[in-house]
Amino acid sequence: MTHSFRLIASFTLCLICASTSYAVETPDEMLPNPILEAKAQSLGQQLRCLVCQNETIEDSSAPLARDLRHIVRQQLQQGHSPAEIKRWMTQHYGEFIHLKPSFSGVTIFLWLTPLLSLTLAYLLARPLWRRPAHIAEPLSEKEKLRLHNLIKKN
Amino acid sequence: MASSTLFFTHLSIFFSPEVGHFALALACALALLQALLPSLGLWLCRTDPAHGPSSQSPLLQFAKPLTYSHALALLLAWSCLITAALGDDFSLRLIAETSATSKPWPYKIAGLWGNHEGSLLLWVTLLSLWSSLLATVPHQSLHRPTNIPARLQTRLIALLGYISAGFLLFCLTTSNPFLRLWPVPLEGMGMNPLLQDPGLALHPPLLYSGYVGFAVPLAFAISALLEGRADALWAHFMRPWVISAWSLLTLGIALGSWWSYAVLGWGGYWFWDPVENAALIPWLTGTALLHSVIVTEKRSTLLLWCILLAIATFSLSLSGTFLVRSGILNSVHAFANDPARGVFILTLLALFTGGSLLLFAARSHKITSPSFGAFHLFSREGTILVNNMLLCTLCAVILTGTMYPPFMQLLFGRTLSVGKPFFDATTIPLALPLLAIIGIGITLPWRYAPPARTWRRLTPALLITLGNAVPAFWLFPSPLAGLSALFALWVITSSVIDLARRLHALPSGLRSYLRLPRSLYAACCAHIGVGITILGICGMATTQERIIEATAGTHISLAGQDWCLDRLTPQHGPNFEAIEARITVRSAPRSANIITILHPQIRIFPAQNQRTLHVAITHRLFGDLYAVLGSVKNDHNQYSAILRLHYNPLASWIWLGGIIMACGGAISLRPRIPFRIRRKQPV
Amino acid sequence: MTLNRRHLLTLLPLIGATGLGLGFARMLQGLTTGRFDPHAINNPLTHYAVPHFAPLSGLTSSSTPQDLSIPGFSYEELTTANQPILLNIWASWCLPCVEELPFLTNLAHRHTLPGAPPLTLWGMAYKDTPANAERILQRYGQPFQRLGIDDDGTTAIEWGVTGVPESFLILPGGRIVWHTSSSLTEDLYQTELLPLLHSAS
Repeated sequence: MTHSFRLIASFTLCLICASTSYAVETPDEMLPNPILEAKAQSLGQQLRCLVCQNETIEDSSAPLARDLRHIVRQQLQQGHSPAEIKRWMTQHYGEFIHLKPSFSGVTIFLWLTPLLSLTLAYLLARPLWRRPAHIAEPLSEKEKLRLHNLIKKN
Repeated sequence: MASSTLFFTHLSIFFSPEVGHFALALACALALLQALLPSLGLWLCRTDPAHGPSSQSPLLQFAKPLTYSHALALLLAWSCLITAALGDDFSLRLIAETSATSKPWPYKIAGLWGNHEGSLLLWVTLLSLWSSLLATVPHQSLHRPTNIPARLQTRLIALLGYISAGFLLFCLTTSNPFLRLWPVPLEGMGMNPLLQDPGLALHPPLLYSGYVGFAVPLAFAISALLEGRADALWAHFMRPWVISAWSLLTLGIALGSWWSYAVLGWGGYWFWDPVENAALIPWLTGTALLHSVIVTEKRSTLLLWCILLAIATFSLSLSGTFLVRSGILNSVHAFANDPARGVFILTLLALFTGGSLLLFAARSHKITSPSFGAFHLFSREGTILVNNMLLCTLCAVILTGTMYPPFMQLLFGRTLSVGKPFFDATTIPLALPLLAIIGIGITLPWRYAPPARTWRRLTPALLITLGNAVPAFWLFPSPLAGLSALFALWVITSSVIDLARRLHALPSGLRSYLRLPRSLYAACCAHIGVGITILGICGMATTQERIIEATAGTHISLAGQDWCLDRLTPQHGPNFEAIEARITVRSAPRSANIITILHPQIRIFPAQNQRTLHVAITHRLFGDLYAVLGSVKNDHNQYSAILRLHYNPLASWIWLGGIIMACGGAISLRPRIPFRIRRKQPV
Repeated sequence: MTLNRRHLLTLLPLIGATGLGLGFARMLQGLTTGRFDPHAINNPLTHYAVPHFAPLSGLTSSSTPQDLSIPGFSYEELTTANQPILLNIWASWCLPCVEELPFLTNLAHRHTLPGAPPLTLWGMAYKDTPANAERILQRYGQPFQRLGIDDDGTTAIEWGVTGVPESFLILPGGRIVWHTSSSLTEDLYQTELLPLLHSAS
C-alpha cells in the first residue's frame, strides 16, 4: 500500500512537473559567462531528472533537478570538464542519469541495433537483387560470326 | 443549473447510462456474430469457391447488416455517454473523475476520450466505423467488374469482427465507461487543464483512426494467408486502406507534436517519450507498407513482405497504444495504470499478433511471389526496397531504444536510460541516406533505368541543391542542421523537377495535366511534405531563447527584434483565474512597426488546485514568436515577471509538412475523374 | 514436411514477438507483486563504502520549541559504529515518510528485545527544519537514535538520494549492503532486510 502510495505521489509530482516545467527558473541561476552557460545547458540536456523521469535536469522544475543544475554550473566554474562532471554524476546516481547510455557490456546490443538490423535487412533482401548473370553478356567473336552467317543465310 | 444542462438531464431519460451499457453489450454480441456467421458461411461453402453466387451460403448475407448494426449500437453508446457528460451526471464514475460543471462544453465531450475507458470506447467505435466503411464499398458484380470480390470483402468483415469482439469484451469486463458511483458527488474532479486544448481534443480521434485503420490491411494479410493466395490485385484492393490509415496517423502524430509544442511550454516538439515512440514506430512500418504495396501492385513482388509489414504495423500500433497504459513503460503521459487490464491486453495481443504470426509461419510457403532477382538498384522498386530497409532499421532502433530499459531491468536488474541524445545520434545517420534515396528514387522509372539517364535527370536538382550549400550552412549555425536542410531541399527540388518534367512531356492544358496518374501528384506532394517537415526540424535546431526577469517597460532584444513587456494584468477565464503579460514585439525599439502582441498567462485552476503556463505563440511563415510567463514576483508593490522568450525559425513547417504529407495521401484517394474513363471508351 | 531455411525465417517474427510477450508478462507480474518498478533507480553506492559527508547537526533542545533532543552524526561516527545501522532518509513534508514512521518505531522497538539481531535506526531529515522534524516525530513516533538535519539537501546528494523515503543498511565498518527507494514494509523487512541482519550477526 505504502509502495503504491509513493508511486501515486511520484505521479502527482510528475503532473506538477508537466504543468509548471521550464528550463532554468530564474535568470540568476544562469552563469554570467555565456560560453560556460551554453556548456552547462548542453550538459544538462544529457542528464535525466531523477524525479520527473522523462525530463532532463535542464527542463525539470523538481527541486533535485535545480540542485543538480546548480552543481553542474558550480563544477564548470571550478574548471571541471564535462567528462569529469558526467563521471561525478555516475558516481552519485549511477548510469540511470545519462540519457545517452555509455557503450558497455549491457548496452552493446542497443548500440549495435542499427548495424545488426541493417545487416539482417541486407541478408534478407540479397536474393531479390538482379544478379549480374541476368544482364546479357556481350557476344563473343565466335557467336558474332555465327549470327552474321545466320542473317546472311536468310 | 443552466437550461442546456437541464435539457440533457431530461434527455438522459432516453439516453441513460444503462441504455448505453446495454448498447455496449449489444455491440459486443453483434461483433461476435459479425465474426462468426460469415466465417461459418465461408467455411460451409469452402469446397466450391469457383462457382458463382448460387453456391454461396445465406450466412454470408448477414455480414454487412451486422457490421452496420454493430457500429450503430456503439454510436448509441456514445450518445448516452455524451448526454451524461453534457448533463453533468456525476453518478457516472468516468464523468465524476474527468469533468466538472464549470468546464466548457466542447471539453466535456473531448474529456470523454481523455482517459482509459473513454479512449478504449473510441478505439472500438472507430474500428466499427472502418468496418462499416469497408462494408459500404460495392463488391464485384457484372456492372462493377473491377471492384473487390464479395468473398474477400466478407472475409475481411469477419476478421475485423473478431478484433472488435475481443476489444469490446475487454471494454465490458475491465474498462466499462458506464459504471455508476455511489455516493454521487456534487461536483466532478475536473480534467487536467493541460488537456483542455482544441489540439488535444482532436488528437486522439485522429491518431486512433490511424491506428485502427491499420486493422484493415491486417485483415487483408490474414485473408491472403488463409486463402494461401495473394497477387497484384490483392495489393490493389489493399492500397487505399493503407494510404487512408497512414494519412490519418500522420495527421494525428503532427497534431500531438503541435500540442506538446504549443501547450506544454517546453519549447520542444518531440521528446522521444515512450508514448511518442509508440506512435512513430507504426508510422514507420506503415510508411514502409505504403511503398511496398505500390511495388506489389505494379510488379507482383514483395507479397510476403507486405503481409509481414501489415501484421507488424497493426500489432505495433496495438501494443503501442495499450502497453503505455499497463505501467510498464516509464512515460510522462500517465494513464491510471492497472495491471489487471494489462494482463487482459496482453492476452488479446497474444491472440491477435501471435495468431497472425503463427499463421504467417505456417502458411507463407503457399504464397509465391517471383521476387528473386527481380530488383535492379537503378529502378523505382529498387530504391523503394533500399528505403524499406532503412525505414525498418529506424523502426528497430526506436523499438529497441524504447524497450531496452525495462528489459535490462527485468533481465539484469540494471536501471538505465535511453533518451533524446541516443535517438539523435542513431536516427539522424539513418534518416539522411533515406532522404537522399527518396530524391533519387522518385525520378526513376519502374524496372530499370540506365545510370547515364538517371544521372542526366538528377543533374538539375543536384545543381540547385549544391548551389544552396553555402546559404544553408550560413543560415543554419549547426553544421548538422545545415546538412539535413540540404538533404530536405534535395528531396523537394527532385520531386518538383520530376513532376515538372512529366508535365512538360504532355501537351499543355489542364485536361492533359489531369490525365497524369494521380499517384504521381500524390507522391510529389507527400515527398515535398517530408522535405518541409525536415526543414522545420532543422529550423527548430537553431532556436534562440532568452530567460529574463522583467518589469513593466523592460525592452529585451532577441533575434533582431525588440520585445517589450508592457504590463501585467489579472484575467478571469471560465474555470480559471489568470495573470496575463502583454508583450509587444517590434522590429526595432520605439519603432511604429509592431510585429505582434503576445499574451502569455499563468492560469490557476481552483478545481484541480493546479497552475499551468499558457504559452503565447504567433505563428509566422519563417519563424514563430513564442513567449512563456514563468512566474510573477511582488517586491514592495513593484511587480516583476520571469519571462522565457523564444524565436523558433521555421517551426510551423514541421506540422505544415505533416499536413502536406496527409494531403498527398488524400490526393491518391481522390475518386476517379469520370472523363478519364469516357475518353478511353472509344478506343 | 521438412524444415528448411525458409520455414525458419518465417518463424523468426513469431519467435521475436513471443520473446517480447513473455517479457511483458513477467513485467506485468512484477508490477503486481512490486518486484518490478519502471521508475526504480539503482543506487550506485550499494555494496560500497559510505560516502564522505560533512557532520550533520541533530535536534537539540535549544533549536526546537519542545525538549526532544536527538544527537546528530558525522561520517566517522557512522563508520565506527559497532552495530548494523538502518539509515532512513525522510522528510516531515513527505506523506509516505510520515506514514512509514509508526512501522519504523515498531521496528526499533523490536530490535531492542532480547534474541533479535542488533540494529539501530538513524535518520536523516531531507530539506527539513528541526522544528518541523520534531513536531512530526513527537506526533507519529520516534524511531531514531541519531537524527541529522540535512537542511539544504547536500548530504543527500552525496548519498545519491533521488526521493524520500529511502533507506540504507550499513554494516559495522561502514559498508552499505542494501538500499531501497520505497517505503519499508513488513513484507520488505521480512524478505530482504532480516536475512541480511541474520547473516551479519
